[in-house]
Amino acid sequence: MADKIATRQSYGRALVELGALRQDIVVLDADLSGSTMTKEFAKVYPERFFNAGIAEANMYGMAAGLAVSGKTVFASTFAIFAAGRAFEIIRNSIGYTGANVKICATHAGLTVGEDGASHQAIEDLALMRTIPGMTVLNPADDVSARKLLQAAAEWNGPVYVRLGRAAVPVIYAEETDIQIGKAVTLRDGKDCTIIATGLLVSRAMEAAELLAEEGIDVRVLDMHTLKPMDEGAVIRAARETGSIVTAEEHTVIGGLGAAVAQICCEKAPAKVSFVGIQDTFGESGKPDELLEKYGLTAAAIAEAVRTVK
Amino acid sequence: MNKQALQDKAALIRQHIIREVYHAGSGHPGGSLSATDIMTVLYFHEMNIDGNDPSNPNRDRFVLSKGHASPVLYACLAEAGFFPKEDLVTFRKLGSCLQGHPSMLKLCGVEMSTGSLGQGFSASVGMALAGRLDGRDSRIYVMLGDGELQEGITWEASMAAAHYGLDNLCAIVDHNGLQIDGKNDDVMRVMPIAEKFRAFGWNVIELDGHDLDAIAAGFRKAGKHKGAPTVLVAETHKGKGVSFMEDQAGWHGKAPDREQAEQAMAELGGIL
Repeated sequence: MADKIATRQSYGRALVELGALRQDIVVLDADLSGSTMTKEFAKVYPERFFNAGIAEANMYGMAAGLAVSGKTVFASTFAIFAAGRAFEIIRNSIGYTGANVKICATHAGLTVGEDGASHQAIEDLALMRTIPGMTVLNPADDVSARKLLQAAAEWNGPVYVRLGRAAVPVIYAEETDIQIGKAVTLRDGKDCTIIATGLLVSRAMEAAELLAEEGIDVRVLDMHTLKPMDEGAVIRAARETGSIVTAEEHTVIGGLGAAVAQICCEKAPAKVSFVGIQDTFGESGKPDELLEKYGLTAAAIAEAVRTVK
Repeated sequence: MNKQALQDKAALIRQHIIREVYHAGSGHPGGSLSATDIMTVLYFHEMNIDGNDPSNPNRDRFVLSKGHASPVLYACLAEAGFFPKEDLVTFRKLGSCLQGHPSMLKLCGVEMSTGSLGQGFSASVGMALAGRLDGRDSRIYVMLGDGELQEGITWEASMAAAHYGLDNLCAIVDHNGLQIDGKNDDVMRVMPIAEKFRAFGWNVIELDGHDLDAIAAGFRKAGKHKGAPTVLVAETHKGKGVSFMEDQAGWHGKAPDREQAEQAMAELGGIL
């Protein structure tokens, strides 16, 4: 059984490491530093940590001001308040200015769990994808989260990083090369491709195992970068395996599936099936119960493959 | 710059505003004219800026949070040598660096892209934090409209500025009492402005926003105040300097026709 670590924990660790290397890094939070794990940075570098209080709009406005003054800013809160509540501030003050702000949003998706629908951001990737120049990352595990956060710090311009509350299996070896904009082929196959992102990557691997027992040979891609998306990997998947199943802990409107389908429609027609949250809000429950109820399981992904291939 | 020179400069800025808006066929003359005297003192007396050295890290920085008053900002930047004055007539036209609302990526001298009200104020708080982190003694100035105070984010920003004791930050409220739909008092009361900022922990200075001496003195006092940010609550008249625009909400966001523009220019001592 693989170790399980929440990507917000990876974030806390990555920030402390980055803070030691880079004096220009400043961290902001909106009264959730104990949950987003920015408290780890605050403990070591209190002079470079600013709590904005429960005021997400102003936090992202301040982040923009710090960034245009030369700072590399990591600004965190729950995804619903970052991508949702502060959307227009992020669009105008960070996106439109190209400000060097890393919007590291934790507690994304249904797996927030018991807090319920008000706190379950299931549309954040769609919202962030629409902002010109915004890079959108959704790491699947601890290793890729830390590597992508490091890459985000080196990336000049706004980046949205989706992080989770729930512990997820570690799927990568520490030395794995993970780069922004480059999908990772976790498993090769010829019958169908599962393109997964974030928390559903490990479930996509489980689905591939299930299907292998039936003699169905699937490719699995970790699409950790939703924007700019690795078009080549999508086109190859469409041409070489003929069909694609996308899997995301996100509404099927405007997220990974929509982006993949757009590429397929324009450049490499293939059948695409979408595993994601249908047009509905979530509810309170344990993370695994919610994933089961809303169809975000290895079994659901495997069933989509059987149907579409 | 002495008082007479500042007065002449303010008149010139007002003429530029009318020309910009007239040639664009749209824009916001009312709130540009109300802010002109304050902006003139800032750009030609108070701030440490240089159009030939726009990225000097030790420069003072100005953010026009009421971004719709872009005509007055562009007029000041042009007069301060950031770009050629001839470009002012391209305001709001396709391909121009002079966007309807200021864009920092398009025009040198614009410190922050603004237009969506309240956000420039928020950014100025971040800029003041950065200045303090870097140990710079430069100052951050931010201009807000009074209607803009209706945006919730302005109070989030003012809370943060006071909480962090940002005495390198100076806000100016251009209090002309009017907004697009009419009087602030009728649309959504913002008064009492000074008391609100005091309650939020700011150093408050109330002054006549068309009295150049008073404005300069206000900035001097703000620069000396330690431990808290300062706000100048400036009493102004919308459309100041053009008789038919003064105190008229209707001139918030409307361009004059040729006859009106010629009359305005005559009143301001210029020609269209």
